[in-house]
Amino acid sequence: MIARILATATTEIHIARRNRWVLIAVLLMVAFSLVLSAAGSAPTGVLGADRLSVVVASLTSLSVYLVPLVALLMSFDAVAGEVERGTLPLLLTYPVARWEILAGKLVAHTAILIVAIVAGYGAAAVVAIAADPAALAGLGALWRLTWTSVLLGAAFLGFGYALSSLARRVSGAAGLAIGLWLGMVVLYDLGLLAAVVADNGGLFTTRIFPVALLANPADAFRLFNLTAAHATAAASGIGGAANAIPQWQSLASIVIWPLVSLVLAAMAFRKGEP
Amino acid sequence: MTSTLTISRLTKAFGGVKALSDVSLAVAPGERVALLGHNGAGKSTLMKVILGLIAPDGGEISICGAAPGSAQARAQVAYLPENAAFHPALTGLEQITQYMRLRNLNPSGAMELLGRVGLAGAAKRRIGTYSKGMRQRVGLAQALIGQPRLLVLDEPTSGLDPVSRRDFYELLDGLAADGAAILLSSHALTEVEARTDRLLILSGGRMVAQGTLPDLRREAALPVAMHLSAINGYEGDILAALPGAIRVNGVLHLTCAQDEKLTTLARISALTDKIADLDVIPPSLEDIYSHFSRRDGQ
Repeated sequence: MIARILATATTEIHIARRNRWVLIAVLLMVAFSLVLSAAGSAPTGVLGADRLSVVVASLTSLSVYLVPLVALLMSFDAVAGEVERGTLPLLLTYPVARWEILAGKLVAHTAILIVAIVAGYGAAAVVAIAADPAALAGLGALWRLTWTSVLLGAAFLGFGYALSSLARRVSGAAGLAIGLWLGMVVLYDLGLLAAVVADNGGLFTTRIFPVALLANPADAFRLFNLTAAHATAAASGIGGAANAIPQWQSLASIVIWPLVSLVLAAMAFRKGEP
Repeated sequence: MTSTLTISRLTKAFGGVKALSDVSLAVAPGERVALLGHNGAGKSTLMKVILGLIAPDGGEISICGAAPGSAQARAQVAYLPENAAFHPALTGLEQITQYMRLRNLNPSGAMELLGRVGLAGAAKRRIGTYSKGMRQRVGLAQALIGQPRLLVLDEPTSGLDPVSRRDFYELLDGLAADGAAILLSSHALTEVEARTDRLLILSGGRMVAQGTLPDLRREAALPVAMHLSAINGYEGDILAALPGAIRVNGVLHLTCAQDEKLTTLARISALTDKIADLDVIPPSLEDIYSHFSRRDGQ
């Protein structure tokens, strides 16, 4: 079982390397992280936080958008691409279970994601610490951001595989992936904000809003990192609402979502005859 | 001897259209069986059902005693799809390495395997740079991994040049000699005629004929054609002596049923001093194939 998963993972890493996905993911993360750490360095004195903690707060806001995007970009082709190239029927005649194929792809894509995240955050941390040695105090927050980013990425890899299995065409899977990203990462928050404003402190804001935040892995990720770092002051937007939700709940959401999305992906991939 | 592959009364429909109806067949170890049929006759569907990629609606299939698609069956079956496709970014060696590892084999033999199909020189190039024939050989190489008990090959020689085809059939002969059962589909009838033990003809999802070529020839009972060249000036005499004969491009054509062959030949031999040459042409595989695949009104 492990050998078969690793065989698929090795193949996927070869493919991602040749298709420049590794390079694209790393460059994206490094470039955005550096831009943010440069832009976010101004308000340190005012807030009294160390420089790296402020950078982590900025990176949290960035990663909510970027990590799901990179994960979906890597995963939307996973099943639909095999169907369209005509490679899936042959693969399925091998003594390998469908979930083992997905697991192999997950191992490879997660590894690439880890490399990109570590490179991006690492670059930002190096710049922050070089400018202000006191920034070492923020390493704990950075570590927390790193592993939660990987879990967030894994959740969206699972969503990507599920969409890829359902669409069965690369173009369709790409459209669904973009739609999912827009919906979960951009429109979801806008919708919640609009509802909170309209509700003006009523039942929605006190009851439904916290659950709605936990129900979205991207929001749970943001909540967890902001509350854990006590950096809500450095963040804008829905950060203020974060204090109302216990930290264990957002942590649970971050941990459970990858499992749920991967189970969904496995179920979507199990259906259908190649 | 127990069969490697046994299928009885297999039925499969796609949305009301019957792709396979009541198909039964068996392939014994070491036997090379050719599956013939028009496009859409059900060959690929039958293969996909055998491989467990498509679930049948009815009937029974057993592969080395296991159900199609079960881990046990998949461990013993190799498949070569029609127009074998691989990820263009992988090299031949990487692709074969993956497939060997999926079969729990040490991938150190990958290079040797690629050498057997004549791809040793291209093993470290991306499959995207390969020609169609080379991709087909990658497909063949993966089908040779391990020691499959059953090989299911969907038009394995399409895209191969004549020399590669001969090499391919030599590989198959070796596998069959080692006890592998081979089921292959093809449109190249003459090739199949020389290189397989038995023929199956599918038409409209039904098995319309199966047997060795002499069996099918006998069953079809198609007329034998005879071409006669007359010695100058005797053509009229021959036409008079053989009422059924007609003149085509200076050659006299005559056909007779299988069971009249000898009496017809006796009548011809009575005319030996008037005939320059005689060719007896048995029905070709194409004729036999057309006969069976058109029988149910197609």
